[in-house]
Parts: sequence; structure tokens; C-alpha cells
Amino acid sequence: MNEVKVFSEATQYIKIAVGEEFYGVDISVIENIVRMQRITRVPNVAAYIKGVINLRGEIVPIMNLRLKIGLEEIEYTKDTRIIIIKTENYGKIGLIVDAVKEVVALEEDQLEKLPYDNTEENHFVSAVGKVDNTLVSVLDLGVVLYDKQSKEES
Amino acid sequence: MDVSQYLDVFIDESKEHLQNLNTQILDLEQEPGNMDTINEIFRAAHTLKGMAGTMGYKRMQNLTHNMENVFSEVRNGAAKVNASVVDVLFQCLDALDEYVTNIQTTGDEGDNDNENLIKAFNDFLAGNEPDADKEAPKAEVESKDEPADKQETEDKSGKDDDASWKKIKFAESQLVVMREAIKEGKNVIGLTVTVQESCILKAARAFLVYKAIEDLGEIIVSNPSAQDIEDEKFDLEFSLIVISDSDTDKLITAATNVSEIEKAIGGYVELDASSAESEKASEQTEDSNKPAVTDNKPAASEGAGNAPAKAADKKKPVVNRTVRVDIEKLDDLMNLVSELIIAKNSLVSAATTKGAGSNNVNEQIEYLESVTTNLHESVMKVRMVPIESVVNKFPRMIRDLQKKLNKKMELYMSGEETELDRTVVDEIGDPLMHLLRNSADHGIENDVALRKERGKPETGSIWLDAYQDGNNVVIEVRDDGNGIDVAAVRNKAIERGTITEEQAASMSDAEITNLLFLPSFSTAKQVSDISGRGVGLDVVKSKIESLSGEVDVKSVYGEGSKWTIRLPLTLAIIQSLMVVIGGEKYAIPLGNIQTIESVVPEEIKTVQHKEVINLRGSVIPIIRLNEVLGCESTRKPDEDFIVVVVKKGDVQAGLVIDELTGQQEIVIKSLGKYINKSKVISGATILGDGEVALIIDPNALI
Repeated sequence: MNEVKVFSEATQYIKIAVGEEFYGVDISVIENIVRMQRITRVPNVAAYIKGVINLRGEIVPIMNLRLKIGLEEIEYTKDTRIIIIKTENYGKIGLIVDAVKEVVALEEDQLEKLPYDNTEENHFVSAVGKVDNTLVSVLDLGVVLYDKQSKEES
Repeated sequence: MDVSQYLDVFIDESKEHLQNLNTQILDLEQEPGNMDTINEIFRAAHTLKGMAGTMGYKRMQNLTHNMENVFSEVRNGAAKVNASVVDVLFQCLDALDEYVTNIQTTGDEGDNDNENLIKAFNDFLAGNEPDADKEAPKAEVESKDEPADKQETEDKSGKDDDASWKKIKFAESQLVVMREAIKEGKNVIGLTVTVQESCILKAARAFLVYKAIEDLGEIIVSNPSAQDIEDEKFDLEFSLIVISDSDTDKLITAATNVSEIEKAIGGYVELDASSAESEKASEQTEDSNKPAVTDNKPAASEGAGNAPAKAADKKKPVVNRTVRVDIEKLDDLMNLVSELIIAKNSLVSAATTKGAGSNNVNEQIEYLESVTTNLHESVMKVRMVPIESVVNKFPRMIRDLQKKLNKKMELYMSGEETELDRTVVDEIGDPLMHLLRNSADHGIENDVALRKERGKPETGSIWLDAYQDGNNVVIEVRDDGNGIDVAAVRNKAIERGTITEEQAASMSDAEITNLLFLPSFSTAKQVSDISGRGVGLDVVKSKIESLSGEVDVKSVYGEGSKWTIRLPLTLAIIQSLMVVIGGEKYAIPLGNIQTIESVVPEEIKTVQHKEVINLRGSVIPIIRLNEVLGCESTRKPDEDFIVVVVKKGDVQAGLVIDELTGQQEIVIKSLGKYINKSKVISGATILGDGEVALIIDPNALI
């Protein structure tokens, strides 16, 4: 009884690995997680947009999360996954991540909200939670998907 | 009860009837004595009235009722149609249209009673012939009947002391609300409504009562709850407690006006008594829980019942767009789908039987191909609707313009049955209207003497012709008016700095004329509210282009002009040429392609730093697609080039590609909003192997 209650109050996150760190993506926005597949390049777009894929008949744009958060691009491995996120404004968007770990449930009081800070490192992170001695940074998808680069260019 | 499920149908049909009425009344104006037309109008008005009534739109019903009265008199020969009544009728149609639009956007008909129109109808009826009076007394008799009814019910309500509404117990929160209301000077009224025993749709009737009462006040308690009433979980009567500005009689009348309601009784709620009662009830709660439970129930369920109703009121329709489909077309579709399943099964069995299979598989694939092609055609046909629904409103518009502009003109239409994709049909209304207004306002000469001088009849003519031409539909708007004054356009363009004088000198008349499509370019010397603000033609052009169409104008000064709109039959599936550039696959729509040429490198010349080729006498600029798309060409510089010559209007360009792979029917998919910034790419398609290929938009390259 008690446990159920705890569970329902916590938000569930998918724990993903990008580079050395772990990030959490709110499970409610995730539509699907697929393996790496052939991506068709789209010309004249930002470098972190790798192109589009065919997801069961639907064209879904794919972004490399490593590039977006300022890391070097690495070769895709057998662990590389594409997380398909459903957004209100842009429809479906895929994020390439190094690996998908597990589902973690974080309660409100396990999360430490970060003050808004415009420096590059924690710009994409809205809060940090602690799960079994590892830190999981909760991704602020609004910021991740916001196309700063193209805004600046235009 | 929820009538929203019928809303789509209601709106569709109302629009149809209104359109029909518009057309018929136009006919009637031409031939005031035509009995067929009058009958048709009467029928349409009657149906419309019935529909509005069923849906509970009282004002709309009332207005149509009055309109119907007029036609009933006209049909009986008691009244004659004249110009003034036709004008009122048209206003009435506009008012009805407004109701429908309101219903479509907000779910409510709005609160315009259009009393002036009703009065105009009544004046017409009263003032026309003595016979017309017949109708009026009849109405009076009816209205006399009503108060009599009321009297009766009132009497009953007086006697009936154990009316069910008095038994309703209130929760504390409700009492607070009621006291507040009384403080504000509102009436708190209890009402018990009894449905006739023979009534079949009790819930529906109860709902109408609900609706009628909600118009007058706020229902705060309902017993049984709104939900139960909706589910028909009540016997023959139900009780309501209402906070309202109106008095008891009004509410009772509103309730009894709903048909199949046997009686409604009511009176003011005496708060002190009932609060005492509820205090008693709360005292009882201490003894046992039961009364408290029953007390709370109506409150809770009322809250639940009311909330969705309110939410529905606000959010409601934004009605889905629908297409009416001929049942035959659906049968076709069904047949094709069953064939598709058979084809799939044959493929499966052909694939599992080894050995002699491969031949069989090919056969089955051919079969599958023919099925899918047919399926595609059928689905397209289902989506197609005649442009009739859009163009039918134009005769009326021209009639109105004629009065407004004080010019004589006539609209001739042909090809209304031409079919287009529903999405396209919905969008072309505005552009066509712009063009027609242009023709009426600027096209047809204001000066009748000038028309005579030019040897044209006094009445100006405007034509709207639609026809299918291959994979396109062409819509032409023509007029025999003034035509476009090329010199005036040229001067205006120079004056505005759109072009320089040198440019103007080198431009052909056709090119000058096309300047009209530029934003904020209006040659009208006088701005009228019909056209001439310079927002017209560029909007027309961008709209048509967003539908993948083209618009063009040809004009002879003094004789008239012709606007031609060319639209593709469907947008979703196109024939395209598959090419490879830098190892990547792309599709180029076949519709844009003129020829494919093999060009030796030496033939490429540079003119003003731009690469061109000389193709059979004409000089064509070439575009290296690998540069545009940012990839490496796989061809060596000394190899021959493959150039795909594309055309946009009269302009040609050569696109250099690496390889041709063939022609294919492709399904266009959107790239999505997120990366839809690349203008050169108009979309994507999925190839047979599941891979994505991008579609190049040659129009953006030229």
C-alpha cells in the first residue's frame, strides 16, 4: 500500500548515458526507443540534426544529443539508441544517446532544482536527482529542442 | 444528453440548405412567379427550421419560422415576391449563416434575435394582401393557447403542495449559494417537470428542458442528477432548483414549451424552511450517516453533471471537416481492400512454396501493384468533392456587388461539377472571390458610355470556368471589362521603385502584368472596400502556390482580362524522377521536368559568373545540386554531366545530378516543423526498402 503510494507520487525517468554522465528524460514524453538505423541527411540544417528516419511510415527528424549539449560526436555502438520524443509544437523528434539504462523513479524531494544558469554545462538540465550513488540530471527538453543556433543565424 | 454528436451533420446540412436557399432565391428574383422554386424554398426553409428546433437553437428556429411563413403565403398566392422582400430574405440568409458560424465555432447560436428581420417579414405579411392576415390571427390563437396552459399549470402548482422539488434537500454549500443569490436580488426557483407517459425519448426531452432553463438561469440542484437524467434513470418527473433573474412563470413556460412535457410546476424556494430542514438533516447525520449521504449525493453528482456540460459549452465544437461519400465509392474501396488481402495472402503462399515460386511471386507482385494503383485512385476519388460547394456562393456575391457598385453585370459559370481534393476546395474559395471582386470592381467599366464606345453590351459579363486538364484542374476567371492598363502598371512600378526605368524598358507586357502579383501593389486609383487595397493579388498568388498551383493573367487593354488558376488534382501522391546526388537519393517531381540531357563539360559556359548551357538555341542557367545540397559529387570533372531541365513558368534551369535511377510514384510526407527550414527540400518520401529520400523543390531553386 505504502509503496504504491510512493511510486505514484514520483515522476518516472528513463536514465540515459551521454558521455560520462547520466541524464533523465521524463517517461511521459517518450514515445518509443529504437535502435540505430540509417539516417537520411537533410541539407542546410544545424550540425546536431543528423537527418530524418522512417519510423513506421512517419518521417521523424533526428538530433544527436552529444552534439547538442556540446560533446564530441563518437561512432555509434551497439548500445546507441534513438529516443523518440513526442512534442506538442514539433511533433515527434528523435534523440541519439549513447545508451539507455533503466527507468528510475524520482520523487520531488529527491530532486534538487538548479537555479537558472545560462552557462553551457547545466543549461539543459532543470534538476539533479540522486539514484544509488549516481547523479541523474533531468533534461529540460524545452531547452534541448529550442533551436538557439538557427535563431542566432537568422 | 449530448447533441454534439449530431452537430457535424447539423452544420453540414444547414450549410447545404442555406446554399440551396441562396441559389433558389436568386432564381426567384429572376422569375418571381416560378412555383417550383417557391416550393423548393419552402421545403428547404421548413427542413432548416425543423433541424434548428431539434438541436435546440431557438433563435435560429424562430427566424426560419418567420421566413417559412412568408413563403407559405407566397405559395398560397396570397403574397407576391418583390425586390424589397428578396433583399430581406438575403439578409435573413446572412443572419442564419451567422448563427451556423457561431454554432460551429462556439457551440452556441449567439444572442442576436434579428428582430428587425422578423418585423420586416411580418410587415410584408401584414401589408401585402388582406389574405395575409390569415396567418397573423392564427399565430395569435396559438399564443393565446399558451397563456391558458400556463394558467393551468400555475393553478396546479398552487395546489400541488407536495411538489417533488420541495423535497430536495440542500447541502450547506448550496444553501450559501442560494442565500447569496437572494441577496443579489435573484430568484431561487424550484421546478418539477413531468414528462408525458407516452414520451419515447425521455432523456432527450429532459435535456431540452434543461437547455431551455439554462438559458434563463443557473441550475444549481437537479434531482435526479444531470447524469442520471441523461442516462434516462428517472421515472416521469425530475426536479430542478434554479437561480434566475426571471420569475417562476417564465421558467414554467420555457419548460412546457418543450413538446411531450406534460406539466411543469414550480415556486420560489423558501430558504429558511429548507435550511431548517437541512439543519435537521445535519442533526440527523450525527445519529446515522444515511441522510447525509443522500444529502450530498445530489450535490456531488450535480457538480459532476454540470462541469462537463459547462466545459462542453465552452470548448465544444471546432467541428471536424467531413466529406460526404457516395456509398458506391465506399463499396469500391471495400472491394479493393478485400482484393488487397487476397493479394497479400497469395504473396505469402507464393513465398513459402519454394522452387517454382519465383515466377509466381512476380505474378503476385504485378497483381498487388494493380490493386494498389486502383486503391490509390479510389481513395483519391473519395477525397474529391465538386467545386460547386465553393463557387455556388458567387452568383449571390455578384448580385450584391452589382447593387453596391451600381454597375450591371452578369456571372456565367461552367464546370461546377469539376472535382478537386477536399483540402484544395476548402482553400480556393478566397482566392477566387478576390479575383471575381477584382473583375467586378476594376474589370467592368464604371462608365456605360465607354462600354458602348468599345462596342460592348451595357451589362458586363464575368465568366468562371472550371475544367480538368490532364492531372490538373484549371479554373479561369474572365471578364469583358477594361483589361489591365500595362502602361499604368509600368508607371506605378517605377514610381514605387519596384523596378527601374531601364528594367521597365526591357520587360515584356506579360512580365509587367505579372508585377501585379507583388505584395502591396494596387493600381486602383481609388480604394474601395471591395478591392484595391493591394492585399488582394499577392494573397491570391501565395495561397494558390501553397496549394502547389499556379496563377497567371492575360489581358488586352480595353477588351478584358483572363486569370487562370492551375491546380494539381491531388497533393499527396506524385510521379517523380529518382536521382542520386553524392551517393544520396533524391526525388524530383516529374511535373517540373522538361527534358533530361547529357552534356559534355566543354559545353558549359560562364555568363556573368554563372554557369549556363546552350540548349537547342536557348541559354539555360545550370545549378549544381551537389553544391546546393552540400555534398560531394561522385562524378569526375571530365565526365559528361547529366542535366535535368526543369521549368517554372517560362523560366528554365538545368539541375546537374550524378545518376538517374528511374521514375517512381511517391507518397509525399512532411519533414515536420522542426527542420522545415530548408527551402530546397519540399518533403520526404519512403522508398520501397524503407529508406527515406528527400524531395527537391525545383521551384525554390529557380
